[in-house]
Parts: sequence; structure tokens; C-alpha cells
Amino acid sequence: MNTLFKWAAPAFVAASLAAPAHAALPIQKWQQASGAQVFLVESPSLPIVDVELDFDAGDRRDPADKAGLASVTAEMTSKGLLARDGQPALDENQLSEAWADLGAGFGASAGADRMSFTLRSLTYPDLLPKAVALAARQLGEPSFPENIWERERQRLSASIREANTRPGTVAGRAFSQAVYSGHPYGYETTEESLSHISVADMKEVYKLVQPCRAKVSIVGAVNKAQADQIATALLARLPAGSCTPLPAVPEVPALKAAAERDIPFQAAQAQVLIGQPGYKRSDPDYFPLLVGNYILGGGGFVSRLSQEVREKRGLSYSVYSYFNPGMHAGAFTLGLQTRPDQAAQAVQVSRDVLRRFVAEGPTEAEMKAAKDFMIGGFALRIDSNSKLLDNLANIAWNDLPLDYLDTWTKEVEKVTAAQVKAAFERKLQPDRMVTVVVGAPVASTRQ
Amino acid sequence: MKRHLRAFVLPLFSTLALLSATSAPAQISGPPPAQEKPVEYQLPNGFTVIIKPDRRAPTAVHMVYVRVGSMDEVDGSTGLAHMLEHMMFKGTKDVKPGEFSRRVAALGGRENAFTTRDNTGFYQQIPASRLEDVIKLESDRFAHNQWPDDEFKRELEVVKEERRMRTDDNPRAQLFEQLSAEAYMASPYRRPVVGWMSDLDSMQADDARNFYKRWYVPANAAVVIAGDVDVAKVRQLVDKYYGSIPAHAVPTRKPREEPEQHGIRRLDFKAPADQSYVALAFKVPQLRNFDNSVETNDALALTVLGAVLDGYEGARLDRALTQGPDRVADSVSAGNGLSGRGPQMFTMTGVPAKGKTPEQVEAALRAEIAKVARDGVSEAELNRVKVRWVAGEVYKLDSLMNQARELGGNWIVGLPLDADQRLLDRLRAVTADQVKAVAAKYFGDDQLTVGVLRPLPVDPNRKPRTPTVQIHHE
Repeated sequence: MNTLFKWAAPAFVAASLAAPAHAALPIQKWQQASGAQVFLVESPSLPIVDVELDFDAGDRRDPADKAGLASVTAEMTSKGLLARDGQPALDENQLSEAWADLGAGFGASAGADRMSFTLRSLTYPDLLPKAVALAARQLGEPSFPENIWERERQRLSASIREANTRPGTVAGRAFSQAVYSGHPYGYETTEESLSHISVADMKEVYKLVQPCRAKVSIVGAVNKAQADQIATALLARLPAGSCTPLPAVPEVPALKAAAERDIPFQAAQAQVLIGQPGYKRSDPDYFPLLVGNYILGGGGFVSRLSQEVREKRGLSYSVYSYFNPGMHAGAFTLGLQTRPDQAAQAVQVSRDVLRRFVAEGPTEAEMKAAKDFMIGGFALRIDSNSKLLDNLANIAWNDLPLDYLDTWTKEVEKVTAAQVKAAFERKLQPDRMVTVVVGAPVASTRQ
Repeated sequence: MKRHLRAFVLPLFSTLALLSATSAPAQISGPPPAQEKPVEYQLPNGFTVIIKPDRRAPTAVHMVYVRVGSMDEVDGSTGLAHMLEHMMFKGTKDVKPGEFSRRVAALGGRENAFTTRDNTGFYQQIPASRLEDVIKLESDRFAHNQWPDDEFKRELEVVKEERRMRTDDNPRAQLFEQLSAEAYMASPYRRPVVGWMSDLDSMQADDARNFYKRWYVPANAAVVIAGDVDVAKVRQLVDKYYGSIPAHAVPTRKPREEPEQHGIRRLDFKAPADQSYVALAFKVPQLRNFDNSVETNDALALTVLGAVLDGYEGARLDRALTQGPDRVADSVSAGNGLSGRGPQMFTMTGVPAKGKTPEQVEAALRAEIAKVARDGVSEAELNRVKVRWVAGEVYKLDSLMNQARELGGNWIVGLPLDADQRLLDRLRAVTADQVKAVAAKYFGDDQLTVGVLRPLPVDPNRKPRTPTVQIHHE
């Protein structure tokens, strides 16, 4: 394993105290005086650096009547910078020109849990400091111009109205509402929720973006000293803040009963979604569920769902299942699209596959196939800087051990069929699931 | 099926100092990353082999490109190239249906395939140590693909679902399908890659078998291998497995040239939607090689024009159409097709802002071109798009898949192995005057087709659409 990662600088091993002695993928971690935690993987072969900064300021902290606040706040950070310390204000066009001129990019977005900022730059000495300085200004001094928010609100509202004419959107909305029972994970951004969001709300949310709350993940052709400088510079223009603990967000409630929704829609295909609340990322069943779902519906052409729905019956181009674990129990989702007149059959087949898998668990042959794929193909999960950054940010955000990637294949190897069966029985109740069918009368006529 | 609009072939890194633009806002002046050069050769049976070592991680990409796509089909049999792509997963003498995917997964590999107008591609991403296994599997199905009729029937239903998903339930995709059909009369580019539904309804298993025998011949294909590999060792494997496939002649291709258009064409497409949408397609010359012809130089200048209009956030189109109190559009785009086996178009699209019409958006898009034709573009804009391309060359090296795709894509359209470097050099040499000149030359009415999506209200209570033909399942 330790010859696997050719980009890890050999010199670094001596310098680092944090990494285990023979790590396949040496991760360095340290805390800055500000409280920011920095995670680094050195990857010297290309003159590129990628940085991700994550903050506990995602959509789950949106007020119920202002769904979408975290996301639009993140988006608005690219719409202009304030003047400060002798540097002039930049409007949205001057800012995007400045990024283009550097051949670099800086983006912001909010997911369910985190608000994330990503920088990609070349590491040439005449470019990198400029890119870091501009990113620091954008992170620290977004101007949140009122008139641009007004325009963006109109654009977003229009795209929501357009999305509402698509069956997939209608199905996704109904599914989220039914699965999450009012939890913020199920909030949908609507024209109305956007109408409640003001620039003052954004500035308030943005107070959560503080150095002491930052998880900074860095991958690229930089050493620890350079990475530390980059992290320091990026966070330098943010207010220090006291970082008192944030209010807890409630957990996703379990479903009490099955729910079935048929929604009429004129479309070439019916949209089918079946599921329920899943599990949290910190769940001890994580690995059995990961391996099990590969077998059930995560494994492309070879999954059970794909075999039964697509290969044997030709019912659907795409059928899948996935868990979406986060700070809270993200949904388990089984999805497919099919011609309306065969939707009932597709729903029945999918439910049978699911019920049987939960009741019986995987076969030994399926366990072997899953492990062969996951262990054999582990290198493909980390063979570029951008994949490494995703993994590093995942470790940072979820407080996973620094040797997580070194032990990942062992954790997969250890999983037994009995553990998969037990984990699925604990997490999934096929008789208490939500079924949404848009564009064909199916869900309520089952069994 | 994955379809790609090849809006722009990303060029590979070359020299690093930019043109002597005095007002240059930035320079990219570091050393280029050291790269092993790709190797290209032909097997005696005509198979082209391209190997690109890249030793950053112990993984590899193995691709087979077949120079056959929907443009090689004939009327009544549209969708055949794509259908055959699906059937290539259905077995050989030695590998049963479904077994190909199971074996690749057991190697820890990921795999898929795609069909475009110009080509069909198959790929596996694998640990480099498993390269021989996928070479063996892929060369076997290239030479010996076979399956029973009932596999074909079931997979045809899957492909129809794919068409419903990608096109029939997507009004903008349908608009583009019809725009191609309107813009091209003789060129096979007029037909959808996935095929017309009635052609799928009447497609027979033997249609796919015959298409396979005709086009899947060594001289019509290239194998591209990129990753942690040793060229000499890969050559041995490729020679052994691909080299043993018997040679066959590539069938003659009929030219099917598009007659010159002499006047604007327009189409309205009505579908349930909230926003209207407008797409402008101007016929333009394409890049066939790197000569100094007017055609080549104009194709390059049009690509720079596309980037000046829409190559970065807040570029000209965004600024002019989507900003300000009287903005006309919610979103806009522009780009040049540059190269392909068939004719290329420069396309512009826009989504009207609330209260604005598609006609206003069309006029505003054309006004931006007219402005370039009248006033030209600034050195700063020109330099900006070039800096982005140069930087993009380094970022691209982070992905093996992108490297392999580019090498295969260039081979498909007949460009040389160093096409990316040549392309970047040529693009960087394009002047503001050339951009201005092509803006004046190609954007009149005569070569233009305009498609407009006219929204119909969504009626939730209307019955679902029924398929054109009733299907019987076992």
C-alpha cells in the first residue's frame, strides 16, 4: 500500500509528526491560533493547489420560512466585494474578470450541512499569492448588493417555476416532504421562501463564517509551511468571533406509517421514489450499509435492482438506491423512471427486491463481488487531486480518523453478510416507507 | 448513452509566455508540468493504438473508440449506433450477457460507454495492474459480440426509456432535436443520436448485428490507454489481443454534404413549460486540420469569439443581457462547434426574463455579435480567455479520463496526436481583427436557424401520454 501514492512527497514523512508511520496517504493536520483546523495532503507532481473551506452554516440552519437562505447567501458572495484597507470595491463583473485573469477559480455553495468555499489555482509564485489574496477578500468582504439580490431572486424564482413544470421536480418535492416530516433536510426553496429572504438575513447567516469554525482542506503542490500560510491568508479578513456553540438542530423523526402519493402528471415517464429516513454519518453501521447498498442498488449495472428492473425486464433506463448520511439521518432513496403503463409493475418489482434484501440480506457471492469491487478499485477513489480533496474534506468535516483512507479497505473487508442483514433490518422498514409516483396511478393501489 | 456537445476541444499545454499583449492583466509564467508524450502507431490489421503514460497514481483508463456514430446510420434506422453500444454489453461466445460488467466490477473497475453523432466509445477505469484483463474483455467483444434476440428486445425497451428520460420529458432537449432536423436537410446530423421513437419501435436484432459487422472492424477503431503504464509492456498486450483480430475493409462512406442554406429558417416548438427558450444556430466552417486556409483560420477565430462572448462568468453576453434594470434574459450562452466529422454550428441560446419575449432575446443576442463586428474586442478580453485556456491545460492533467478522451476525440475527427498543442498555439495567435472579421462574416440571416420553445400550461389532470406502439412483454 505505501507504494500506492506516488504524489506524496517523500521528504514530508520525516517532517510530519501527525501522520502514522507508514500511511498510504499521509494527511497532516494542525490547528491554527484562530481555532481553524487545517488538513493537508501534499501532491507535488502538478503545479496546482485545491482548497476547500467548510463551515457549519448549511441549509439545515435555514429558518422554516426562509428555505434556501444558506444557498443564496453562498451564491451572493461572488456578486461583489467591499472596499477595505486601500483596496477598491469590486462589482460582480470586476470580480469575475479578476478570477479569469488569474486562471483561477473560487466558488461557494451550501449543502444540507455545510457552507463550502473552494479555490483552485496554479501554484506559480506570481499567481498563487494573488489568487489567495482575492479569495480572502471574497471570503471576508462580500458586499451582498441589494439590487443584485433582487435580480437573483427574480432569476431563481423563474427557474423554480420552470422546474415545477418537470415531473422529476414534482416527485422530489413530494418525497422530501413526506420523508423528512418538517425537518430542515426536507425544506424546499420556493418563490415564497425567497420572498422572505433579505440581504440582512444573509449578513446574519454569514456571521457563522468565522476562522474558529473553519475546516480547511488543502491538496496540491504545497508543503506544510505554505499550506499554513494559505490557510492563514484566506481567513485573515474574516472577523475573529467567539465561536460559542451553535444551537442544536433536531433529528429527523422516524416515519410512523407508510405513505403513498399518486400525483397526476402529463409526461412520457412516470417518476417513482420510494424511501424513508436513513442514518447519520456517525452511525456505527456505516460500512455494512455502504457494502450492502452497493449490492442492493448502488452498483451500477450489477446491482440487484438494476438486474431485476432493467436487465431482466427492460422496465427502466435507470434504477438505483442510495443513502445520504449527514449530520442527521439523510434519506434512503430508491428511484426509477418508466413508461406510465408499466409503473405499477416497476414499483412492485422494486418493493419485492427491497423487502427480500432487508429480510434475507446478501448472499456470500454478492458479498465477495462487492468487496472485490470496492477493495480492488480503492485506488480509483483517490487518483486525482480533486478526488483527494473530496476525501480529505470528508475526513475533516466528519471528524474521521486521519488514517481513515489507510484503513478503509480493511473496514470493508471485515463486513460480513450477517452484519449487512442486521444493519439493513435496523435501518429500513419496507412496510413504513414513502412511495411517490408522479404521472401514473400506482402508489395507492398496491398489495 | 452520454452525448457530448463538443463545444470546444481543450488544447494541451505548450509554451507558457503569453502573446505580447501589453495590457495583459496576468501572465502564466511558471514551468509546464513534465509530461511523457503519447505514442501512436497502427497494428497490421489497421487498429490505431494510442498510449499515454501518466504515473501519478496506480490506475489506468482503457478506451476503445469506434469511428461510427449516428451520422453513419440511414433513414429508418436511426438510433442503431447507440443501440449497438448497449448490445456490446450483452456478451460474446465466452462471456454471457451481463458478465462483462460483473467481471469489470470484480477487477475493481468502473466502466461505461457513449455514442455521439461522430463515434461510439467504450471505457474502463481500473487499477493499472488489471489492464490485461480489460484488454482481453474489450478485444473479445469488439471481435465476437453476440447475443440472443430476446436480449435485444429487452434492451430496446431500456433504450426507449432512455429516450423518454433524456428527450421526450425534456422540452429543451426536444427543441434541440428539432433544431438539428430543421438546420440540416441532407447531412445525417439532422437526426437524433438516440433515434426517432418510431425507428426504435421497428428496429430488429439483425439490424444491430449487420451494423456491427459492417463498422466494428479494426481499421475503423482506436484503442487509447492512459495511466500508470509502461509503453513497451502495453504494446505487447495490445499486439497480442487487438492485433489478432482479422482485418476487414472499412465500408465506403457516402459524403451526404449539406446543401448551402440561403435564407433564415425558423421553428416553434410547443411544450409544457414555464419559460420560453430561444436557440440560434449559425452554420460556420470547421477545423479539419491545421493548415492556413480561410476555413481553418475562421473556425479558430469563431472559437475565440465564442469565449469572448461567454467564456467566463460576466463575459459580454451575461453582462449585456442578464444584468441591469432592463435586462432581457435570465440566462444566455454562446459557443462554437469547432470540429467534428460533420458540419459545425455556432450556437447562442437565451431564456427570456419575466415580461420579455424570445424575439427580444434573439435581437439582443444578435446585437452583441453586431457590436463585435462593428467595434471589435479588447486586448484584455482576448488575453483573458487565452489565460483561462492555458491554465485549463494544467488543470486537465489532474484527470486521466480527460486525457484519454481528448486523444480519442482528436483521432475520431482525424486530427494529429499533438492536436491539442497545435490548437492552443493557433488559438493564442488569433488577433482581435480576426475576431471582428468573423463576427461580420458569418452572422447574417442566410446561414441561420432559429428555434423557439413556446410554453404550454401544464395540465396536471391530463392523462399521461401513451406510447406510439403497444409493447408486449413476456
